[in-house]
Amino acid sequence: MGIEQHIDNRIVTTTLEKVVNWARKSSVWPATFGLACCAIEMICTAANRFDIARFGMEAFRASPRQADLMIVAGTVTWKMLPSVIRIYEQMPEPKWVIAMGSCTESGGIFRSYAVVQGINRYLPVDVYVPGCPPRPEALLFGIMKLHEKILKDPFLTKKYAHLEFPRATAAGKEGELK
Amino acid sequence: MSEQQTQAWLDELCAALPAGALLGRESFRGQHSLLVDPGLLVSVMKLLKDRGGFRYLADLTALDRLPREPRFLLVYHLWNHAERRLIRVKTEARGEPPTVLSVTALWTTANWHERECYDLFGVEFRGHPDLRRILTADGWVGHPLRKDYPTMGPPEVQNWVPPRYAPPAPAATPAGDEGAAS
Repeated sequence: MGIEQHIDNRIVTTTLEKVVNWARKSSVWPATFGLACCAIEMICTAANRFDIARFGMEAFRASPRQADLMIVAGTVTWKMLPSVIRIYEQMPEPKWVIAMGSCTESGGIFRSYAVVQGINRYLPVDVYVPGCPPRPEALLFGIMKLHEKILKDPFLTKKYAHLEFPRATAAGKEGELK
Repeated sequence: MSEQQTQAWLDELCAALPAGALLGRESFRGQHSLLVDPGLLVSVMKLLKDRGGFRYLADLTALDRLPREPRFLLVYHLWNHAERRLIRVKTEARGEPPTVLSVTALWTTANWHERECYDLFGVEFRGHPDLRRILTADGWVGHPLRKDYPTMGPPEVQNWVPPRYAPPAPAATPAGDEGAAS
């Protein structure tokens, strides 16, 4: 039938993109970073009852340079905003952002001069987890959604398509190979 | 300590104040307040600290009494550890911008208290060694705890873009111009 049968099912054929995306989503390391009460729920999510380690995410990195995911957990004040942006900028690509809680998403109950009315004005948010604060199950659901998004990330086929690598074709028109 | 004893102690303390310093005195439910002349604030405070034993400045804040004039009332809470007494000292901040004398020379903790008061109420403290904002973000406009400050802040606040990379500090900034910098 397929090549798998021919080689006795010891080898799986897939695409590089799928393998890399699977590896990325299987070990998304969050940055150790919490701002307010949502951070307590995030800590609960990391602890043994909800156990974020099931998804390879137990390694909360103290350095943003080793982190892939920024869970913005809590009220972002104007005073804190430069630090939030700086931590995001220090994270290496690829990186993702979860906006956790109402305050982070829209300012929440704090319609005031001191609070940023939505972190999406400054950071590219991938997943929004509403709640005040969201329960750990909600955060885990948001993380599942992020995993789905990572698995569908066309970083090889679409994201860099505009770079136009030289391709070898049967007619030999595009590339130099014949 | 009985109420009479406390009043006697307070009478003695008030009598020791410089002439003309005491503008008003109020006792309510065991709490004692003195309204003092802003020009004599430092000498009154020094006397309260040295002679009254109030070695601890528990709180320093302002009261916005819009539309009354003078608008801002400064409130100081002093605590005497040895005799376990609290006294409240009030004084008015006059002028534009409202200005009052600094008490940082008496209590070091007044440094940050006065910076906070300046940041949130816009009251200036003459004699403060380093009067700049302490709580609000860089480049803030206005004083948030004033009663005429909009709840969402002025448009400058909501449209504020944080400095991605801190610009190099200017060589010399004119004094009292920190609002325009950064």
